[in-house]
Amino acid sequence: MSKSDLKINSKIPEGQLAEKWTNYKTHQKLVNPANKRRLDVIVVGTGLAGASAAASLAELGFKVKNFTIQDSPRRAHSIAAQGGINAAKNYPNDGDSVYRLFYDTIKGGDYRAREANVYRLAEVSNSIIDQCVAQGVPFAREYGGLLDNRSFGGAQVSRTFYARGQTGQQLLLGAYQALMRQVHNGGVELHTRTELVDIVIVDGKARGIIARDLVTGKLHRHFGHAVVLATGGYGNTFFLSTNAMGSNGSAAIKAYHKGALFANPCYAQIHPTCIPVHGEFQSKLTLMSESLRNDGRIWVPKKKEDAEAIRAGRLKPTQIAEDDRDYYLERRYPAFGNLVPRDVASRAAKERCDAGFGVNATGLAVYLDFKEAIERLGRKVIEERYGNLFQMYEKITDENPYETPMMIYPAIHYTMGGIWVDYELQTTIPGLFCCGEANFSDHGANRLGASALMQGLADGYFVLPYTIQNYLADDIRTPRMDPDKQPEFAEAEAGVTKRFEKLLAIKGARSVDSIHKELGIIMWDFVGMARNKDGLKQAVEKIDAIRKEFWTNVRIPGNTDGMNVELEKASRLADFIEIGSLMARDAYNREESCGGHFREEYQTEEGEALRQDDKFSYVSCWKYAGDGQEPELVKEPLDYEFVKRAQRNYK
Amino acid sequence: MDKTINLTLKVWRQNGPREKGHFETYQVKNISVDSSFLEMLDILNEQLISENKEPVAFDHDCREGICGMCSLYINGRPHGPDDDVTTCQLHMRRFKDGDTVTIEPWRAKAFPVIKDLMVNRSAFDEIIAAGGYVSVSTGGVPDGNAIPIPKPDADEAMDAAACIGCGACVAACKNASAMLFLSAKVSQLALLPQGRVEAKRRAIAMVNKMNELGFGACTNTRACEAECPKSVSISHIARLNREFLKASFAS
Repeated sequence: MSKSDLKINSKIPEGQLAEKWTNYKTHQKLVNPANKRRLDVIVVGTGLAGASAAASLAELGFKVKNFTIQDSPRRAHSIAAQGGINAAKNYPNDGDSVYRLFYDTIKGGDYRAREANVYRLAEVSNSIIDQCVAQGVPFAREYGGLLDNRSFGGAQVSRTFYARGQTGQQLLLGAYQALMRQVHNGGVELHTRTELVDIVIVDGKARGIIARDLVTGKLHRHFGHAVVLATGGYGNTFFLSTNAMGSNGSAAIKAYHKGALFANPCYAQIHPTCIPVHGEFQSKLTLMSESLRNDGRIWVPKKKEDAEAIRAGRLKPTQIAEDDRDYYLERRYPAFGNLVPRDVASRAAKERCDAGFGVNATGLAVYLDFKEAIERLGRKVIEERYGNLFQMYEKITDENPYETPMMIYPAIHYTMGGIWVDYELQTTIPGLFCCGEANFSDHGANRLGASALMQGLADGYFVLPYTIQNYLADDIRTPRMDPDKQPEFAEAEAGVTKRFEKLLAIKGARSVDSIHKELGIIMWDFVGMARNKDGLKQAVEKIDAIRKEFWTNVRIPGNTDGMNVELEKASRLADFIEIGSLMARDAYNREESCGGHFREEYQTEEGEALRQDDKFSYVSCWKYAGDGQEPELVKEPLDYEFVKRAQRNYK
Repeated sequence: MDKTINLTLKVWRQNGPREKGHFETYQVKNISVDSSFLEMLDILNEQLISENKEPVAFDHDCREGICGMCSLYINGRPHGPDDDVTTCQLHMRRFKDGDTVTIEPWRAKAFPVIKDLMVNRSAFDEIIAAGGYVSVSTGGVPDGNAIPIPKPDADEAMDAAACIGCGACVAACKNASAMLFLSAKVSQLALLPQGRVEAKRRAIAMVNKMNELGFGACTNTRACEAECPKSVSISHIARLNREFLKASFAS
């Protein structure tokens, strides 16, 4: 496709905001039960989005093939989400509504998301809670037996449902169990320890995948009338992140290479409450739920000499008098205090540490203190609310947070950017859909807490099972293809084999992880919490150098027969390098600050993000132009029809 | 500067499910006591790669104790010498300089070794597929607050639901029984009105599947409970037995 051909059509339905989704469902095409049995859908990924989509599609009668790289669908990283899931139920009677959840999400995303998508998300949020309760998800309850809610960053109402500090686990197990019920009933064919290594396009439509059995090393061809990617985010580009070790962006890159657009790659979320880095062999960062900010107070010493004494180990935080503490979030943002959105909290921590007030031996940490909450509520209540988080903190750091304040520092946590999809969650490749964190759609430039679980399940339970039918209804006459007789499958498989052979033939001197760590440092230093023009230009060059180093000097032991973990990691790292490069380019292009993307050149006098609505009110969609070629930037304008854009203000 | 230790590792190496396995001895040096156990294994693997040897295969993913993917029998204990943690949350401060550490895979007939320290736990998925769910499909369910649930019941259901499916209970059990895993799911769902409807049928289907897959029987030695990283209680086994007996009498 040449430059002028590509037209972005987001397919937003007509009508008032509140009517769009209803209108869509009323007029969309459906597939009748007899035809559903004849249609195969491939779902890649078994997290909240993937498992819920696979289960729901199979319940409807489609034949589903579901793939996961882990040994069981239940391992997907959705399991690690702690805090909760938002919904506009307004059970606490505190003024919540679908519109308010929509508005908070749009504002939280710094006016860089599509209005219609976000409204639909808020609209279906309530059905998610009902569905999960019906599945036996043990949400927290009040003594009267009704569901409990708590507050979360970026909102002035309590709309977050939770299951202790393990909400992601419980929601995922609910979806997993629904999925296993369909496996049992024969509606889903499950492939564990299997990785997507390419997407197959036949006559311009996504018609299947090439998958690698991670145990035998063998490649397999799978046909589907449609392919759904629910493969999560690409935060591990930074090497150190709160993502699981196996989380990767490779499916997204395969889609991008086949012509799907990569949207807003630079929108990455830095989570403010993670356990600080301890040393160079650290393999990942551990998140402490944002819910801790409900009762914990964030501070650093007011006096530089106190901060220095703490760093040198001469002073303990408990020895610092109340008057000598700077509760900087409460000071700067009196209205939201410790509950400001994640990007604001993260940057404020960085600002204090850069100014020399950071704690821990590294100076890269701030305190999260529960002393006041324990005095106010009693230790038992705090234990009930956060017991498992406190235990986790103690196991990792060997410090007791009931007695001394926790230390926290921001870390990469979630990527708002991802594969571009229209209102139907379809990419620019017909028949290729994308759900959950893997797509770019609903969070704009910043995601609010407890909204990831909401989006993953909204896409999988309530959006995709409808919208995919509008596509499949035109495909009921397409017979199942035999991938062994279809040249496109053989061609894709040959490409994969060639790539693995090329990787194994490098036989260089450096391990995959050593190169990945180097990439991570560049990402954190130049494409992290604060970015600038010069740094981003350097980042693009440095990533080019890393790409060269990787393709000439990586060492991968073993071969393609049987299990080869280093080969898996190398293949994913090659893709992370491409994503890192896209992130840096996108951040360079976007000359404004918004949400998780902070350009130092664009800030208010108080250091807040300064958007440039007249120039950058669009989705940046990157189109692959071939290896070594500059990707093409295609813009989807963001027209705000219903909400008036304002500078985000949490003061 | 962090405190560091040197260790001798005896690691189980096995090429495939039908191959014969053996212990290999390795030395690792200058391990920070603040590292996690899996980071120590990362260091070992970096060392092996630099010597052009094949790294040790082990399962891991979230590295924060919730995905249930990591396993390992360390010095004779599932998930190692610390209590209430998974291997990924075990830190090297639990070991002393000069220690010898023996690392083995889960050993159970129903969990065959895939490679080295990695085992196949899909038998757990099969047990869940046999009935570990509420049979509702997406949509058409009542409002979340339509049925009040007493808080103690919801809390106890959550205690059971905390299971991460790691398989430590099976590895710890001399009979390689999956009763703690299975009972946690039966108990969680039986405690909630939504799951109560199918409670008997669920118990029978899951127990039958467990027996069919080659797990052993429960003889109440409580090793599972002692080693469970999430402190799931064997009281759930008692509840499962009640459900199972009630169902057996009824049929």
